[in-house]
Amino acid sequence: MIPVFLILIPLVAGLVSFFLKEAKTAKAWSLFASLVILAVAVTGIFFLHGANLFYDVPWLSEMGSRFSLLTDGMGKMLLLLTTISFPVIFIATYHNDYKNPGSFYGLMLLAQAGLIGVFVAGDALLFYFFWELALIPVYFLCSLWGGEKRIAVTFKFFIYTFIGSLLMLVGILYLYYQTPDHSFALQSFYNLKLSIGSERFIFWLFFIAFAIKMPVFPFHTWQPDAYEQSPTSVTMVMSGVMVKMGIFAAIRWLLPIFPNASLQFANIIIILSVTGMLYASLIAIRQDDIKRLIAYSSIAHIGLMCAAIFANNKTGMEGVMIQMFNHGVNVIGLWIVADTIEQRLGTRKFSELGGLAQKAPALAILLVVMSFANIALPLTNAFVGEFLMFNGLFRYNIWMAAAAGVSVILAAVYTLNMVQKVLYGNTVERTANATEISGNVKWILVVLVIIVIALGVYPQPMIDMTKDTVHAILYNR
Amino acid sequence: MPIQYYIYFCLTLFSIGIVGVLTRRNAIVVFMCVELMLNAVNLLLVAFSKMHHQVGLGADGAASQAGIDGQLFVFFIMVVAAAEVSVGLAIIVMMYRNTHSVDINFLNRLKN
Amino acid sequence: MSKLVFLVPLFPLLGFLVNGLGRKSMSKSLVSVVGSGAILASFVVSLLLFFDVKANGGAVSTLFNFIDVDGFKIPFAFQVDQLSSLFLLIITGIGFLIHLYSSAYMHEEEPQHFGRYFAYLNLFVFSMLLLVMGANYVIMFIGWEGVGLCSYLLIGFWFKNNNYNYAARKAFVMNRIGDLGFLLAVFWLLFKLGTATYGEVFTAANLAKLSSFDITAITMLLFVGAMGKSAQIPLYTWLPDAMAGPTPVSALIHAATMVTAGIYMIARSNILYTMAPATQTLVAVIGLATAIFAATIALKQNDIKKVLAYSTVSQLGYMFLGLGVGAYTGAVFHVMTHAFFKALLFLGAGSVIHAMHHEQDIRKMGGLKKHMPVTHLTFLLACLAIAGIPPFSGFFSKDEILTASYGVSPLYYYIGVAGALMTAFYMFRLYTLTFLGKFRGTHEQEHHVHESRWQMTVPLIVLAILSVVGGLVGIPEVFAEHAHSLEHFLAPIFAESAKMAEHHHLEASQEYLMMGGSTLAIIIMIVFAVNRYKKYQATEAENAGVSKLLENKWYIDELYDAVIVNPLNALAGFFKNIIEKSGIDGLVNGVGRMVSYGSRQLRLLQSGQVGNYILIMVLAMVVFFLIWFNDNTIVQLFNKLF
Repeated sequence: MIPVFLILIPLVAGLVSFFLKEAKTAKAWSLFASLVILAVAVTGIFFLHGANLFYDVPWLSEMGSRFSLLTDGMGKMLLLLTTISFPVIFIATYHNDYKNPGSFYGLMLLAQAGLIGVFVAGDALLFYFFWELALIPVYFLCSLWGGEKRIAVTFKFFIYTFIGSLLMLVGILYLYYQTPDHSFALQSFYNLKLSIGSERFIFWLFFIAFAIKMPVFPFHTWQPDAYEQSPTSVTMVMSGVMVKMGIFAAIRWLLPIFPNASLQFANIIIILSVTGMLYASLIAIRQDDIKRLIAYSSIAHIGLMCAAIFANNKTGMEGVMIQMFNHGVNVIGLWIVADTIEQRLGTRKFSELGGLAQKAPALAILLVVMSFANIALPLTNAFVGEFLMFNGLFRYNIWMAAAAGVSVILAAVYTLNMVQKVLYGNTVERTANATEISGNVKWILVVLVIIVIALGVYPQPMIDMTKDTVHAILYNR
Repeated sequence: MPIQYYIYFCLTLFSIGIVGVLTRRNAIVVFMCVELMLNAVNLLLVAFSKMHHQVGLGADGAASQAGIDGQLFVFFIMVVAAAEVSVGLAIIVMMYRNTHSVDINFLNRLKN
Repeated sequence: MSKLVFLVPLFPLLGFLVNGLGRKSMSKSLVSVVGSGAILASFVVSLLLFFDVKANGGAVSTLFNFIDVDGFKIPFAFQVDQLSSLFLLIITGIGFLIHLYSSAYMHEEEPQHFGRYFAYLNLFVFSMLLLVMGANYVIMFIGWEGVGLCSYLLIGFWFKNNNYNYAARKAFVMNRIGDLGFLLAVFWLLFKLGTATYGEVFTAANLAKLSSFDITAITMLLFVGAMGKSAQIPLYTWLPDAMAGPTPVSALIHAATMVTAGIYMIARSNILYTMAPATQTLVAVIGLATAIFAATIALKQNDIKKVLAYSTVSQLGYMFLGLGVGAYTGAVFHVMTHAFFKALLFLGAGSVIHAMHHEQDIRKMGGLKKHMPVTHLTFLLACLAIAGIPPFSGFFSKDEILTASYGVSPLYYYIGVAGALMTAFYMFRLYTLTFLGKFRGTHEQEHHVHESRWQMTVPLIVLAILSVVGGLVGIPEVFAEHAHSLEHFLAPIFAESAKMAEHHHLEASQEYLMMGGSTLAIIIMIVFAVNRYKKYQATEAENAGVSKLLENKWYIDELYDAVIVNPLNALAGFFKNIIEKSGIDGLVNGVGRMVSYGSRQLRLLQSGQVGNYILIMVLAMVVFFLIWFNDNTIVQLFNKLF
């Protein structure tokens, strides 16, 4: 029953939130709801076992679709990420004001319901349904609360992701008609024996949908714009949690259903991903905007994950599993810093910033820790994930690993550039009167820093959590 | 009278209607031309109906049901056309009240 | 005893946490007591461990499983054996002295930054300890990057100055280039052997699994890591810039400990290197080239710290030469003696800089001998040690490396000696310009010049004693049988390599001749340098030609900018402005624009002109008829009608 609760609570809470007029009530309500969800998720994941984590009732029986939810190791990891990030986001942006707060928080919670649904869906139609349920609120959040260019940007975002979704729908329907008993169930998809020709074709329908969502080069151009223009709390959801949908889906829906095609096209995809890593890292070097820099840095990191998925070995896959969580935490931390700076100083441009370390030492420390987590310094959580992923890539092809490794160097260049331009040097006009960050932001960042360090020093529990999934994905095809 | 004569006549009448609709800008004239076209069609319908009716009369002289439909259609068309005229004229009157003109090109904007 | 091992890195970690979190509330003296005390505690434990190792040999103690996945397992384990316990003593011992020194040197800082400084310094010691204590390459890598982080933080300690920040960033990025090589080597090992633990990698069974290509590749990649961390050609340029940090930092990180991590790593992997002759040659050649190259640059530098920085690069080159010719003990020996005298030189320089109110240009110094007797004397001893005058420590270690290199190729030896002569020259140029002659600074400066406080002079004296007698642990065999106690101590570490390598034994008479000859040449060089610069005037003519080239460091920084940095920047700009905007986004937007252009054209049909609509309707009907009734039907229809 736990997955049902996890979907229902944000759904209902979100719908209720639409009727809340007061900003204060809406904030408190959504924070309360997200904390309840977190509590339920933690209880479910750590204290309950077996049947509690599964749910299966008939849904659209005539079509062979069941309302079936399942939670495996990877699902647990992503449920944790989702349920942790929302309260973190709500707390960190507690002082930001939005018009129509009731609708804003309502849409956020609906998106959470969709995300959770995607991570536990055991039925293709249900998966598609939640996939859209997660995306549609985000379109509205971007287009109603975004920056100046929000309409054009949301439109681009919408077109991109919608094309992806449609391709995926076509693929799902095709597979549905291939199943002997006309069923949407994940397991009957897994049992399919597709001809190599159709496998190769349908593979791309799915892959493009997921590649757009991740995003992988060259399907990425919606992403920096969307991240830049969305309100930051929405950006946090998008880059912290939502991109994981693409990676998650590639692992759960792509590899096991199209084993031959994934092997056959692995080289193309890995080359694309590695190119994207270098490309995005180089572009990040030249950015003058914190949000765009984080966006491009995120593309580079996602590229590594995508490459490691297709490297087709346990080490790399294990790295992807834990990196999905770690990247979410780290990137949300960076966004919180970016948002704080923007809210307080009214700019995101490095060229207009400087010397913040003198004015806001706590912010400086937290940004430095998050930045070093971003470049995967050992004893931060990202190191473990990247170490395993590079290792997996190395097993696939040495030169790919070496080329991808160059992005590690470039990551140091652009991240330290940001740290230097924002924190160090002398104060400038805008930062001369900057003050220390507020308590809620500070404490949330401290929590994130503790997660970063703790998982960096002792990552084994996370590895154990996802071990079975990795094994199932790679060997029980 | 051979059917051809009816056809020629109706074609002429219809063409006059089309040309009138295409070329005139006065809404009332356009309207009349539409009526002209309708009447051309009506006439043709009656003519063909009559022709088929005769052909359909059996040797025993009993009237067949074959050719009656065409003439029935004509009545329908006339009734509908009358209704249409009333609505159309009402529109034209409203248009005149608003713009003091019955020039159809005057109303080229779809909104406002 | 091995239960105490985890205490060694724990103390600095606690020091880091206490100083870092309490930097606002703690007084400066409390901060320095906590900071230095933590290192002193580590030093005491290290001493205990050292004697334990000496008596019982090395041991591995595992804390927990760091990463355990299918394919390999990486425990978080510490290995304390002869090699690491020696490094532990160097790190904690010299570390403690430098912490003590810092408490006086950094006293002018605000309490908050004072606390930050000690927190960083403690964190550095923690990382460095992880580096040398790790029982596998991954733990070593954690320390490896950790010291890079601390180096970054400490170089940019005075973060208001953007030049310092650039220097810090440069150091980190160049180190990262090396780190990538290190990381790839670790992956290679994990891929081939499924382990990165020293105890498992260096077993005969596992080594047999590696082809000679594997070993060469792994050692080359590891050496790339060493190039970055230990500032060898081509990744050395960050080290001179790193002098932006506070001087004690330069002494600890950029002279005594961190930069020797590369030597430690190769010494640790000595079996692999011995099995890869190609890499050994490369290591020797790069080391020798760096030694000479950096020495030429040092000849003409005017910043007191820059001279020492290039000297460090050059001395590191000697250590790599030693590693490359298989003189592992010699290299480690030189690490130790170099740690003594180079830390002393830096601290002495710091003392001078402190007294001169942050003046670093030696052209504006001179005659400090009478104002700062302790600093002067200790500095002189360190200069003699680094120049290689017997019986100071530098003589023994450098001689050991050079003698071993003669066995591999006499050419190495002659070039090495040439470098040693340059070392003697630039060190005594530095010494003479700083301490002898007349004072060339401002009047006000001269008034304020004073000897430093005890916290600064005590470390100087201790280090001076070590620099003088430190060489006695490695007296060449030629003087006395079994006098080289360091070699015997380290023998278990290098035993396998020693078995494999061929031994070149020189005749005792030839060895004496070489020692005597080089010592004589060095003394001549020293006398020449002192005489040349004794009467130096600040107004001496500007340099031209070769010396200008040297003063500008062979324009290597400019070369790197032109060949690597600027093209990369341009490429990034090209990607950002052209490919991203016009290329990919252009393609996407192009599709969109085409659709919207098409619909704009199509929209014109909807003109609002009723006549147009009807015309289109009529035309459409005509077309429709023509299509509906094929040609034949129409022809027949016409035939019938007309």
